[in-house]
Amino acid sequence: MAQSTAAVKKRKGVLGGLALLAIIAGLCWSLLIAPPDGYQGEVQRIMYLHLPSILTAYLSYFLVFIGSGMYLWKREKKDDLLAHAAAELGVLFTALTIVEGSIWGKPTWGVWWTWDARLTLTAILLLIYAGYLMLRSLIDDEQRAASAAAILGIIGFFDIPLIHMSVYWWRTLHQPPSILRPDKKPWENVHPDMLTALAISFVGFLLLYFYLLSLRYRVGEMRQEIKALRLERGV
Amino acid sequence: MTLLRQTYLLLSKDLLLELRRRDSLLTMFFFGTLLLFVFHFAFDLSPDRIAELAPALLWLAFLFTGTLGLAQLFQAERDNHCLDALLLSPLDRGALFLAKTGFNFVLMFVVELVVIPLFWILFNLSAWNLLPQLFLVTLLGTVGFCTLGTITAAITLRARAKELLLPLVLFPLMIPVILATIRCMESIMKTGGMTEAMPWLRLLIGFDVIFLTIGILIFDWVIES
Repeated sequence: MAQSTAAVKKRKGVLGGLALLAIIAGLCWSLLIAPPDGYQGEVQRIMYLHLPSILTAYLSYFLVFIGSGMYLWKREKKDDLLAHAAAELGVLFTALTIVEGSIWGKPTWGVWWTWDARLTLTAILLLIYAGYLMLRSLIDDEQRAASAAAILGIIGFFDIPLIHMSVYWWRTLHQPPSILRPDKKPWENVHPDMLTALAISFVGFLLLYFYLLSLRYRVGEMRQEIKALRLERGV
Repeated sequence: MTLLRQTYLLLSKDLLLELRRRDSLLTMFFFGTLLLFVFHFAFDLSPDRIAELAPALLWLAFLFTGTLGLAQLFQAERDNHCLDALLLSPLDRGALFLAKTGFNFVLMFVVELVVIPLFWILFNLSAWNLLPQLFLVTLLGTVGFCTLGTITAAITLRARAKELLLPLVLFPLMIPVILATIRCMESIMKTGGMTEAMPWLRLLIGFDVIFLTIGILIFDWVIES
């Protein structure tokens, strides 16, 4: 037991170290090597953080959905721990995205916030999953909290495409995607150094994400262990 | 068939209880009317602006009154442990979902049938001929609200401060219904016809179908004790 815990700890340490290295490399590449944007200048460099954070947040919500579905199906505590950990990180990365976006929006659009479709969608995602965390914390019975949260994790996920559609019809102002475009290949319309910087940043964020996820998951496990120990000793 | 029969029995039980007591219906109705007065004081609306704002104000009133109804939705079952009895009986959980959704829908729609004409009278609107189309949109929106509302009411059933938690969880999920109904009603009031409102109407119908289906399928897990 002790040895396996040590091995797990070591693996996590390696993951964290790699994440740190990749993020430093990504920052160097995006701040020093990649050229400034033709229209927006230096401020565009925030994109190297903005895009990876929102993609990581989406990944997180997908994991909430998977964990929730697996929990309802198999009733194993580990799936619920995964969904809970992923939901917390999803909220964190969505909030980061909104903050970065505001900092980018002020110099380019002239406002911190605007009711554009993609911004609105991101804010709604934040609200849905903040509600998810609140729901969990307000139900005392642990099993009930887990099932209720799993249901919300599933219906929330199915609701996202509908929310997406409705807010897009409502309004669109956000700049269209400039890397993945139907008319050109990615390397034809974006400077290769920009793509490299973005790719490294993205890998860094993914590593960081899984590092945090494993830590948060472990916290959940430890809470279970403490509860089991308490029951055993009749505290 | 048994699903529909069970739904019918459960729904008639709820409606009979409501007819005897009239708790939810009366409070929802008075709250809806009260909101119209509050809106009037808050906005102090001129006659030409009121037609523009009518859909939004009406739907705000419906959202609040509907939430009031949802918070009470499982009250009768909770009071005497009736929910356990219901769950012990050989009953399709999908039927329980449909009956509860239907019950809240009936309450809300009755309130809406009174509040919309009342709005027209209180704010001196003249477009009475548009009411049938507006009722159709309201009906579809209310179905969407009640399906997802019943699921959220059921999962917040055993939470602390559930009355506060319910709208917190429900409203963000409700954005498609809120946007679609209000835009739909706006374009009907502006153009007098349904053509421009069609995409929104389709979205609304899609929402209703998706969450009715999901509700029937997953209510088994939602309501377990």
